[in-house]
Amino acid sequence: MTTFSVVVEVQLREGVADPQGATIERSLPTLGFDGVSGVRVGKCIRFTIDSADESAARAEVDDLCRRFLANPVIEDADVRIEQAVQA
Amino acid sequence: MSASVGVLLFPGSNCEQDAMEAVRDLGGDARLLWHGDASLGAVDAVIVPGGFAHGDYLRPGAIARFSPIMAAVADFAAAGGPVVGICNGFQVLTEAGLLPGALQKNRGLKFLCTTVSVRVESTRSVLTSDSEEGAILRIPINHFEGNYTCSQSTLDELRAEDRIVLRYLDNPNGSVDDIAGICNDRRNVVGLMPHPERACHALLGSTDGRSLLQSLLVSAGAGTTVGSA
Repeated sequence: MTTFSVVVEVQLREGVADPQGATIERSLPTLGFDGVSGVRVGKCIRFTIDSADESAARAEVDDLCRRFLANPVIEDADVRIEQAVQA
Repeated sequence: MSASVGVLLFPGSNCEQDAMEAVRDLGGDARLLWHGDASLGAVDAVIVPGGFAHGDYLRPGAIARFSPIMAAVADFAAAGGPVVGICNGFQVLTEAGLLPGALQKNRGLKFLCTTVSVRVESTRSVLTSDSEEGAILRIPINHFEGNYTCSQSTLDELRAEDRIVLRYLDNPNGSVDDIAGICNDRRNVVGLMPHPERACHALLGSTDGRSLLQSLLVSAGAGTTVGSA
């Protein structure tokens, strides 16, 4: 078994309203940041997982994203996996 | 014997007392069902009330589906038992896979707390069987994530099968096709964002929610799935 570090970024799918992102974007010009656009707010979920290899870890993480961490009707999950640094 | 309605209580539910009061006012028997219990006991219908079950952690309704009581609710629904999810309860039922689609943030970027008009689009559901098709009801809404969405194929199915039970007259939140409430294919599981339990007494400004909860009591008493005949 190998331990892998996982970062899952859950984002609202394109076209899904993102009030937090829109509010942040609207607020920025009041601080003088005029060039910022396309603000989207998502969630970042970090954990470790023990798996035989990276592809097995990815398959398991994809499954748990689909079934729990993201709601596929309105959200996408972007998964990054790397081997954990041994302590 | 009056119909017995079980009202689920999750950590973070906050409309369960209103729902019980409304059921009792209509002559039904209401009892609280703790989310950690694995059985519903002898109830004839289930209400999943509004609030913030499990603090809406991850997503509204996402954690609630792991509560032991939800397996019993799924079995009860599979056996044809009437189940109604109100507001957060609607979100819980979609996350649990008992209803299709999802509730996303309101289009207007605002939490909405107001009274809206909805039209009864179908009386073929456990929540509308005692209403009249086309009836306009004034019922409060109170939500941030009430913007119903689903895939095009699901929407086609909902329309073709007459499963959109309530529509907003003046869409407050961006819901696709003005949807305020839907039912499952067997018509015994209904989810809606408006709060009929808050429109059951003249003192609350409207009694229009009574016909909906009365329908649920009738369905509960009948002991069979409405609309299957």
